[in-house]
Amino acid sequence: MSGHAPKSRVTVAEPGWVKALIMLAGLGFLGFFILLPLAAVFTEALRRGLGAYFEALVEPDALAAIKLTLLVAVIAVPVNVVFGVAAAWAIAKHKFPGKSLLLTLIDLPFSVSPVISGLVYVLLFGAHGLMGPFLREHGVQIVFAVPGLVLATMFITFPFVARELIPLMQAQGVDEEEAAITLGASGWQTFRRVTLPNIRWGLLYGVLLCNARAMGEFGAVSVVSGHIRGETNTMPLHVEILYNEYNFVAAFAVASLLAILALVTLVAKSLLEWRHGAELAATARRH
Amino acid sequence: MSGASGFSLFKRRNRSIIPGFGLTLGITLTHLTLIVLIPLAALMIRPWDIGLSGFWHQVTETRVLAALRLSFGAAFVAAAINAVFGLAVAWMLVRYDFWGKRVVDAIVDLPFALPTAVAGIALTSLYAPNGWVGQYLDPLGIKVAYTPLGVVVALTFIGLPFVVRTVQPVLEELDTELEEAAACLGATRFETFIRVIFPVIFPALLTGFALALARAVGEYGSVIFIAGNMPMVSEIAPLLIVIKLEQFNYAGAASVGIAMLILSFIMLLVINLLQRWSRRWAGV
Repeated sequence: MSGHAPKSRVTVAEPGWVKALIMLAGLGFLGFFILLPLAAVFTEALRRGLGAYFEALVEPDALAAIKLTLLVAVIAVPVNVVFGVAAAWAIAKHKFPGKSLLLTLIDLPFSVSPVISGLVYVLLFGAHGLMGPFLREHGVQIVFAVPGLVLATMFITFPFVARELIPLMQAQGVDEEEAAITLGASGWQTFRRVTLPNIRWGLLYGVLLCNARAMGEFGAVSVVSGHIRGETNTMPLHVEILYNEYNFVAAFAVASLLAILALVTLVAKSLLEWRHGAELAATARRH
Repeated sequence: MSGASGFSLFKRRNRSIIPGFGLTLGITLTHLTLIVLIPLAALMIRPWDIGLSGFWHQVTETRVLAALRLSFGAAFVAAAINAVFGLAVAWMLVRYDFWGKRVVDAIVDLPFALPTAVAGIALTSLYAPNGWVGQYLDPLGIKVAYTPLGVVVALTFIGLPFVVRTVQPVLEELDTELEEAAACLGATRFETFIRVIFPVIFPALLTGFALALARAVGEYGSVIFIAGNMPMVSEIAPLLIVIKLEQFNYAGAASVGIAMLILSFIMLLVINLLQRWSRRWAGV
């Protein structure tokens, strides 16, 4: 881009005032919609000082919410990693009919409202749901309990790893794997020694985005949680309860932890893009 | 779904020597069926308890219609705002050099990473009548928090990265020689933008608009705090689903859910057609 600049700056540049206007619009927009909300979270959280801030974080219900959020992510993310790698292996390394239909189905959770993602599990497993009576007979509770939270989170974060790995593995082709197989490697050896090193940064990238969404999801888990304090409240749901009780400092304190998670995710994601951009599907397309 | 006959059919067509196809496709289809397809089927089946007329009765309730109108209307306005300002941000990031550009580029993705509930309470505190922004708007008679305008603000936030991230790569690949040629032939900068640049980036702009719109229509977490949730005025459709569920009106909740899916589908279909038409028009 900038390589063209020296000889063409005279002919293909906007007048100064237009440039200033575009910069003002762009930076102003980002300032209002991104920087201000971020600043508000931390300011409100620290409104009554550091003491009140940490007090809100070590309170038993907050700790329970943090633990539950971690538990849900620890289950949902690895399951989606296994699925994502399997789907990418089947789709990128093989030819079969119905592939584009499969790709569309994998994308489905992205185009469904989070509330609907939660709703479907209530319709299936809720007290008045399709399998409700059966579950009650056997004493299994899914909705308004941890299994429901895990299921809804898995639904929401379902496409992240697969969507990163499929284009990446498609771009890498099958030559290296075929060479390994021809030389006598088993399928598992080929995956571990040949494919995995090629996709490791892409996989990490997908896991990062998947995890951020899993820990931060609100709509879907809100529908299946039942909002039992200390039991089925994840961090985002705890933020809502505290906020609705007008306990703003505590609400923003817990929210600030989630904001820090988002910022760490962004930094790690940017580092991956800068250092290993060529080995990622998301940026490989741009270069 | 993954019957034995299905697999042998796949295997015959698949001539790759790379192993693991049956296993990985099996895992994929099982997971997809259990986590996504069966639950979505439950959504489709549920309203049949009340029949087609019952479904129609549920979705044409005035409160439901008002909620659908707000969800889709506010999402449309927010996506339009994002199309304009997202284009400015993408242009700025691709064409201009400025201090801190990499950080600005990275922070555009914040709405993807920040949990929606956090965004919701942060925006509410900003735009409440005594908030940092609200205190200046309130004397002017502009109320943002607890009104439909607040819904638009929240939906603009969550849709922000889509237009930037779809337009940015197209702008990066745009050859400046075309612009030079246009300039040499006597076009003003504005004419060059309208006649040369805009037709090329328009399909990407439309894609970004559609993605922002689709995301905004279903959004829940960031909206419910700032909306005030007054029935008929500032109550969004996803919230109405939650309310119906809390009243154990499962069929009603599923009906609103299906109505939302159908409307989104029609909307995306129209945008898709528009995009195909604009591509042909631009000759790309």
